Order: sequence, then C-alpha cells, then structure tokens
Amino acid sequence: MASGLTAWEKREIIRHKNRPTVKDYIPAIFKDFYELHGDRFCGDDHAIYGGIGSFKGIPVTVIAQVKGRNLEENKDTNFAMPHPEGYRKALRLAQQAEKFHRPVIFLIDTPGAFCGIAAEQRGQGEAIARNLLMLSTLKTPIISIVLGEGGSGGALALGVCDELAMLENALYSVVAPRSFANILWKDPSREKEAAQAMKMTAEDLIALGIAEEMIPEPAGGAHNNVELMIEYISDYIEKTLGKLCTQPIEKLLESRYHKFRKIGEFAE
Amino acid sequence: MGASKVCSECGYHARLTAKERLAMTIDKDSLIELNADMTSKNPMGFENYETKILEIQKQTGLKDAVVTGECTIKTKPCVIAVMDSHFMMASMGSVVGEKITRAFEYAVEKDLPVIIFTASGGARMQEGIVSLMQMAKTSAAVKRHSDKGLLYITVLTDPTTGGVTASFASLGDIIIAEPKVLVGFAGRRVIEDTIRQRLPDDFQSAEFLLQHGFVDMIVARKNMRRTLSKLLRHHGYAGKTKAQ
Repeated sequence: MASGLTAWEKREIIRHKNRPTVKDYIPAIFKDFYELHGDRFCGDDHAIYGGIGSFKGIPVTVIAQVKGRNLEENKDTNFAMPHPEGYRKALRLAQQAEKFHRPVIFLIDTPGAFCGIAAEQRGQGEAIARNLLMLSTLKTPIISIVLGEGGSGGALALGVCDELAMLENALYSVVAPRSFANILWKDPSREKEAAQAMKMTAEDLIALGIAEEMIPEPAGGAHNNVELMIEYISDYIEKTLGKLCTQPIEKLLESRYHKFRKIGEFAE
Repeated sequence: MGASKVCSECGYHARLTAKERLAMTIDKDSLIELNADMTSKNPMGFENYETKILEIQKQTGLKDAVVTGECTIKTKPCVIAVMDSHFMMASMGSVVGEKITRAFEYAVEKDLPVIIFTASGGARMQEGIVSLMQMAKTSAAVKRHSDKGLLYITVLTDPTTGGVTASFASLGDIIIAEPKVLVGFAGRRVIEDTIRQRLPDDFQSAEFLLQHGFVDMIVARKNMRRTLSKLLRHHGYAGKTKAQ
C-alpha cells in the first residue's frame, strides 16, 4: 500500500495549493456542525476551529488547525499557527466533550505554535504543557489525525490521544527540516537531506510505534479526489470510534498512558 | 564570583553543573541516585550521534543531561531532578524523558514530592520525533503524581526553553525562577526573524514571566535551599531527627 515516496516528495503533495483543508472535510464528514468560539480568557484564535457535530448519529467534538486555502484565509488563521488562546480554546472544548461524554477528534495541520511576543507574554509554553497534562487523563476517547503538517509541540498539543492516524502523505516532526539542518549542520540548504534523516512520514511513525494507522490517499494525493479522501477519513473514524467507545474508560486511560510511556530508546 | 557562582556586582546567576547544584541544595551525602547508568541509544540512526554522546560523557562525567534521585533538604525527603546545560544544552531525548518520568513514578510509589531544577535548549534534535514525544510522556507522569495529591515544585534555571518549557517545566504546583534567567517557548532569534524587530533585553526573563503571571516567585540562589525546605514543610513534609 505504501507509495514509496520520500518525505520531500510527500512535502510537495501536502503543500499543493489545492490540498483539502478542514474547511473541506468538516462539513462533509460531520452533520449539523456548530462552531464554538473562544477560550473564555482572552480571545478567539482562528488558527483553531472547533465545535460539535454528529458523526453517523454520534455527537462528537471536533478540534482542528486551519490552513487557509488562499492568502486572505491564511491571514485570518495565521497560517494555522495557534497562539496560547487557541490551545486554551482546544482544551476548553475537549473538557466540555468530557463532561458530555462525547469523543474528541483532533485534526492536526500546523507548521507549529506561533513564535511571537504576544504568544510568549500569554504563555505559549504553559498552554501547550497544560494540554499535554490534561489530555493525558481526559475521560473520553480521543482520536488525532495528522492531515498534512504536524509541526512540533504545536501539533502535539492536539496529539495526546488514544489513536494517532496520519494521512498517507502527512508529515509529523520535532521541527521543520530547514531548522533541523540549520541546528545540526549549520546549513539550512540541506533541508531535503534533513527531511529524510528525520523520519517524519506515516510509515516512519508507524515503524517507531508512535502512529497507529496510515489513512490512504487517492493516487497522487488528497487533492486529486477529495470525495474519496473524505470517504477514507470517515471510514477510519467509524472503525476507530467503534473500537474506542466500547472500552471501559479506566482501561482506555491506562492504554493512553502506556501509548506514550513506551516511547524512547535507551540502554541501562 | 564565589562558590554560589553569583556575580556580586550584577547579581547574575551563572549556570551550574548538576553536581554543584546538588551540593548547594540538598543535605550532604543524602542523594540516592536513580537510573544513574541510563544512556542514550540512537532511535533515528542519526550519523555520529553515538560518538558525540560518548565525547560529551567524557567531557562532563555525566551519562546524559539530567541527574535524578531521592534526597533530603534540611532533612525533609523529596525526589529531585537537576538538569545540566553542559550536556548538549540539556536537550530532552529518550534518557531525559525516561528519567523524569521514572522520577515521578518513583515519587508516586513512595508518596514523595518532586523538585525539578529545569534547564534546556529544547528537544534533542538527533532523536527526532521520539524526543518530541517525551513532552507528552513526562506531562502524563506529572498528572499521575498530581492526581495523588503530591507536591511538585519547578525551579526554572538558565536557560529553560522549547519542549521542556512546553511540558513539565510549566506544570509545577509552585514555579520558582532564579533571578534574570532566560525562560521561554520559542528562541529569541526565531521570534526576531518572525516579527522582524529587535526584542527588548528583558524579554523572556524571569522578571518578564513573573509580570505576566507564569512564575510564582523569583528566589536568589542563596535563599533557595531554605525556601524549598519551608515549602516542603508547608505541605506536611516534616524533617527527621538525627536519631532516625
């Protein structure tokens, strides 16, 4: 099933101007979707889009990072780079889902958390850390799907879950290849080589035991057949919700702890 | 600068090794080190990583960037973790993530508080996505410790940034910072490149964090041991008498 594309080739596909975004997926996958705004502290970050909808009759909370389809949309959503209030909105909606026993579906697509003065003033680090802490024991099933770019801590803040899936061409990494090349080789122009060395594809993450599933994309990428992509994502959600929702919550939380607990390689 | 490595002119708190930090913080000979021999592997198969680790181990006498153990502070028991910026800028890879996680799990088992002196340049790049996942792993361990009603104190030291700021460093019940230390999520240069302007000098300092509500108190090095001891006391951790 694997396409055999390199990380760099996949990067070209997820950067395609017609790559579908959450604004294509959410209305097609979830019925009667209502957006819910704001973090109740400071503002409403448009880089994060969240709300309630129905998935084949089951109410779910969906929380997503929003890549724009053009410059205007990207200005509004800050190129999908959330501020702390975006992460706090995400946590608020996740906790609301917990209260009403709704599963949470995170859709990840971000270059990373925003780096700027206001983000630091309002505690970008604290906001991400708080999500990691609280989501680890959120008493409802959580599915995270990386749609395109999974950039660092800014992606992980929506990535503490019971199952992590990646679209076939999605990439998930600790830092952008260019920064990686710059930090380790002092040469940002070696980004292509970095992308390969970093092991950031769905195949890599499954092999490392970090992602559970790869959702196939239509030939050539999701933009070539959006209808089919929607069907594949729906199939995955249906299958996975069915599996997670039947588990007792204590067992689910124990498995969630161990999903992350086991990651790491060391000798002693 | 004397043994505490604080400049008597400007009050600058120079970076300490884990050994120096432990010596000025905990009771003499009280440390029972945990997982002292744990060492890094190479999950990404990154070129020359093993060689680099060996080199730095030789230079620093450390196995990796954090020392953890059980100890006493003015006879009050606690689990302590001290990160050492001399080891690859105390970046967090598998070893740091695992040792911090085990420190919390050990504390849960023994009903002990945890004190962490943080310092870090962020994620250990050479361990790629595996290093990123240590943020989730350590934060989940903090949560279990917290859910048991146990105390966790963070002491932010110079510099604490990136993935460590965005995980366990920001999650203490009480967060202390040393004066004038650098603490932030994004690197200063990254922000300057993004916004294309120079940042004020005190940006991301301990004082900046205090002003914006992300730190409980700034404590000078000379008062640290006493402050930690008193805070432990306030949470019901009594000292043992010498006879015990």
